[in-house]
Amino acid sequence: MKQIAANPVYKFLLFPVGQIILFALGASVILSLVTVLLAYLFKSNFIDFDLVERIMLILPQVIINGLTIGFVYSTIALGYTMVYGVLEFINFSHSEIFMVGGIVGIQLMAYFEHTGALATMNEYLVIALAIVLALIVSGSLAVIVERTAYKPLRGAPKLVPLISAIGMSFFLQDLVRLILSLTTGEFNVILPKFGTYDEFWKLAVPGMEDPLRIQIKSALIVGIAILMLVILNFLVNGTKVGKAIRAVAQDRPSASLMGINVNQIISITFLIGGALGGAAGVLFALKATKLDPFSGFFPGLKAFTSAVLGGIGNLTGALLGGLVLGLLESFAASYLGIFTNGAFGAEYKDIFAFAILIVVLIFRPSGLLGQTVGQKA
Amino acid sequence: MNKRLLALLSLLVVASMVLAACGAPAAEEAPAEEAAATEEMAMTEEAAAEESAASMGTIKIATQSPLSGGQSLLGVAIKQGAELALEQLGGDLAAMGYDVQLAPYDDQATPDVGVANAKNIVADADILCGVGHLNSGVMIPSSEEYHTAGLAFVSPANTNPVVTTRGYLEVNRVVGRDDVQAPAAEEFAFSTLGATSVYIIHDKTAYGQGVAEFFRAAAEEDGLEVMAFEGTEEQANFDAIVTPVVSLAPDVVFFAGIYNQAGVFFKQARDAGYEGTFLGTDGMDSSDLADIAGDALTTGGGMYYTTVAGPASAYPAAAQFAADYEAKFGSAPEAYATQGYDSMNVCLTAIKTAAEAAGGKPTRAQVAEAIRQISVDGLTGTISFDEIGDLPAAQYFIIKVNAAAAADWGTNEIIEVLEVASPGKGE
Amino acid sequence: MNTFFSDLYKKANTGFWPVVIAFAFLVVGTISVYLNPRSLFAFLTLLTTPVILYFMKIDTKVKVFIGLLLLIVILPVLGIRNIFYLEVIFQMAVFSALALGLNIVIGMAGLLDLGYVAFYAVGAYAWAIFGSKQMSLLHSIPGAAPANAEFFLDARWFWLFIFLGVGLAALMGILLGLPVLRVKGDYLAIVTLGFGEVIRVLALNLDKPLNLTNGPQGITPIQRPPLPGVVQALGNALTPLVGHVPTEAEIYNVFFYFLALIIIGIAIVVATRLEDSRIGRAWTAIREDETAAIAMGIPLVKMKLAAFAAGASFAGAMGAVYAANRTFVSPETFSFQVSIGVLTMVILGGLGSIPGVIFGASAVTLLNIQILQNFSLYLSDLRQSDAVIPIINFPWKNLSNQLDPAKYQKLVFGLILILMMIFRPSGLIPAARRQRELGDEKEAE
Repeated sequence: MKQIAANPVYKFLLFPVGQIILFALGASVILSLVTVLLAYLFKSNFIDFDLVERIMLILPQVIINGLTIGFVYSTIALGYTMVYGVLEFINFSHSEIFMVGGIVGIQLMAYFEHTGALATMNEYLVIALAIVLALIVSGSLAVIVERTAYKPLRGAPKLVPLISAIGMSFFLQDLVRLILSLTTGEFNVILPKFGTYDEFWKLAVPGMEDPLRIQIKSALIVGIAILMLVILNFLVNGTKVGKAIRAVAQDRPSASLMGINVNQIISITFLIGGALGGAAGVLFALKATKLDPFSGFFPGLKAFTSAVLGGIGNLTGALLGGLVLGLLESFAASYLGIFTNGAFGAEYKDIFAFAILIVVLIFRPSGLLGQTVGQKA
Repeated sequence: MNKRLLALLSLLVVASMVLAACGAPAAEEAPAEEAAATEEMAMTEEAAAEESAASMGTIKIATQSPLSGGQSLLGVAIKQGAELALEQLGGDLAAMGYDVQLAPYDDQATPDVGVANAKNIVADADILCGVGHLNSGVMIPSSEEYHTAGLAFVSPANTNPVVTTRGYLEVNRVVGRDDVQAPAAEEFAFSTLGATSVYIIHDKTAYGQGVAEFFRAAAEEDGLEVMAFEGTEEQANFDAIVTPVVSLAPDVVFFAGIYNQAGVFFKQARDAGYEGTFLGTDGMDSSDLADIAGDALTTGGGMYYTTVAGPASAYPAAAQFAADYEAKFGSAPEAYATQGYDSMNVCLTAIKTAAEAAGGKPTRAQVAEAIRQISVDGLTGTISFDEIGDLPAAQYFIIKVNAAAAADWGTNEIIEVLEVASPGKGE
Repeated sequence: MNTFFSDLYKKANTGFWPVVIAFAFLVVGTISVYLNPRSLFAFLTLLTTPVILYFMKIDTKVKVFIGLLLLIVILPVLGIRNIFYLEVIFQMAVFSALALGLNIVIGMAGLLDLGYVAFYAVGAYAWAIFGSKQMSLLHSIPGAAPANAEFFLDARWFWLFIFLGVGLAALMGILLGLPVLRVKGDYLAIVTLGFGEVIRVLALNLDKPLNLTNGPQGITPIQRPPLPGVVQALGNALTPLVGHVPTEAEIYNVFFYFLALIIIGIAIVVATRLEDSRIGRAWTAIREDETAAIAMGIPLVKMKLAAFAAGASFAGAMGAVYAANRTFVSPETFSFQVSIGVLTMVILGGLGSIPGVIFGASAVTLLNIQILQNFSLYLSDLRQSDAVIPIINFPWKNLSNQLDPAKYQKLVFGLILILMMIFRPSGLIPAARRQRELGDEKEAE
């Protein structure tokens, strides 16, 4: 058993992937069961149309939507949780770093479209290039932000860097808008249309009339997110740098005494977190098809909620938190209207995320998986 | 020490400001004086003549519309239309000896900024008339300020009935109303498209929700099935609405809102496999919609929108305007540019009429009265106002989108033009 | 160089010079605004007077005299001549009250509240719902209101609603605080942010099942209280100074200006008294070291709740006044950006410093609604002209329309927050106590 656990293929590939799939499946199944159960309870009471049937009809799609957005949240949440693990500081401007990643990615595709190369290039290559560019730009931006706005404040009371981060978040939003407005005259950034990843796979499911339709795009987003998570897991748990990051998170002064360059490690943490955020930005852009300088704010907040939900500072927790929040939000948005017969609808989904945050903080402040700063999974 | 430095700093700043304040007018006058001194004697006479002609004073006409932000495309069109009108039609007032200027304000499409600007506008005694706003939600609170100050405003774009049904003398509009537009859209969906079911979405703004409610009322009257009625502030991820839309497959999805949000929804819904028809309102009338939504607009059941402001091509008189506009600003006029031009035309004509009647610079009240009396040949037809400031009969257009890219926006065709009398003040 | 200026300052700050300078600003400012009601510079000159009064060594009696002269006579007169100035000063007062309230929560108790605007919304909506026709429209669809509906309450109830606004906001503060105050400081920021959003979304969506807030359409018209005879008389008494008989609308502006002044006055007194009280010292203790505070026997949760409630109450009162002043409320007024705006004011002026936050609120408001707007208008004038930018020979006409300073408020807020945190975390006018602490910290590093 011990030997298997030490096998790198198991440790860095099979185990994390298995864990992700387990989380995704588990959360989907539990939520579906709860919903259907609720439907049966409500059905016998006062709503005459067939509630259960209406719920089952869109259930697969709701799960897919929830998982897709959930994986995006997870990827962003990792950036929050890594920085928090190392610095105990909420990097408020992470949502803007995420947004910049998405915009940069779309701009690259728009550039390909402009030169005419987009039609002839392999669509997956285009996406990969966009992600790589976003990784680089967002990662460097995160480091620049850290060096200019946070580093001078290290050691100050906790509120000080947090306020600086909020300022940075606002500053970046308008800065991006200024740059976009001056260069393109417009600040909506629109994803060009290319390739076939918008189409559907149709899977016939026994017992269901219509085939299950899975958009290739959703699968793509989930696949890339899983890939990122596995790479990150390897970086943190399988390399020397990762060990140094964990050491700094656990005890900064001691790590410093052990000869670890703490400032450098903090910068690397921001680099990795920012890069992940940038990649998530491109994934989000594929889904949303349009971004503007303010579209980072809400996904960012929700990703932070995910991080707290899973237990901030805990990488596995961020992953689980993102999935659970994405699913919860998708279920709430789709079913709240059906359950309350239109009185409350999808418009409450944003508050729903905050309500979850508050509830978690009251009953389990350390999150679903508990706070394990410094002992990352 | 800090206190002192700070105080000193503020002293210095203020001192420099005072200097600048005193210095600025002097600096402006200086070249004029110099020029006058160095000119020949004969020239001085002419200058004096000019001086007396210019002594009638300054008249400013304000515009208020979003000049920046998500809706700036339409807001800037209003301002530029008005600017062009001032340039082309301001000659009469200039000949009478007035210096006519444009004072553009940016309401940022938010009520608070609109009201603060409105207070600033009414405090400027030179402003005799105004053109604006784009959003009814901004116009309604701001016009309370115009009303108390007696300053006439001509709206080029506000369709919410409340704008005029309050019965303020100072509030006028050169476009139709939502309580006609939305039923017209519903009538089109029900009769022309033969739809039996509709999914209504609005954008949670005063404008979108207003239109959507009128549409719902009309649909319920006709027996058109309303499958859902939903408002959303979401800008990016419309899953929560797309999923039921795809599964319910309504004949028509009616979206009451603005293009930058609706476009994303149309695209995501089409991508997810919705095959029916999209129907929108005048908030969709922007070439940017085609860029955002792409071929989602032309595939499936296509996309239609109703508008109170027809494209420039709908008005025979507007061809020259479109050419002039493009020459001046370098782009084809967006929706509401024509209406901005006409609104400014109304202002200028009313000021001129009032000035002639008063034999000098008219008061705001005289201008406001004059607006209700005049009849102007505008680009969009003959403009006059009824007792609440509506057009006696306004035009409503139903337009089919044929463009999948912004450049093709001009290829959209007008399906129907209705001319409907204003419903008046209502009960 | 430095000594030259400080010598100059010393000279200017001794004997009768401060009085002369203050009077000079007052007189020059008043005359220039009177003659030139649209000049921004003139207005700024006038507004410098209180800053000078605060900083220079002047006999308290003279200070009070100049201050009252400015507040009670000069500003209303000038304000009736140009109501925009009264609007500016009214907004300064509104935001000063908000900043004073937030200052209690952040500056004194050290709890970062990012959803402060929610309390403002509660106060505003309380009067908006009961002071309009909304209660008779609970079952009608928004936008399709019958015109003949009745006002629910008499306009005089407004006076009660200022106090109700205080109470409701304080209650909300406690309700929010109860669950939330168990969490650590930085979580608190996010939770309060969420709470602010929740209130806004509720205002936006509670038009069904019962039409309580009229949704995005906002509530209008909202009643204003009947004008007290005193204000009416004062308005009429000012006729010779103003140059015409003030209209009712103009007198209402003056009335709201005085109302805001009174609330600010009360807020300042309350905040000062709190700061020096047992509670204030308990807040300081909590802010500096929670563990030590508990060890000293300070009831942590109770004190934190008190901070939330006290801070919220200022916003509640101003909310009711705001709703009556505007006669219109809509959810857009209560966005997250406003919370950050108020935070910026507090940070700029100085955490924990009462004169500081008032200064910060005034400066940021002025920047927001006047300086940036004026700059935008100026740019637009330039764009309409044939002028070119000297040296690089770039015609103003070609300058992008998007480069509009009024639209980049967030950029300005962000920059202020970052720069203040890095270079002057205790603010422009630091609180005496806080200045010492932060100064020590910097040196210790």
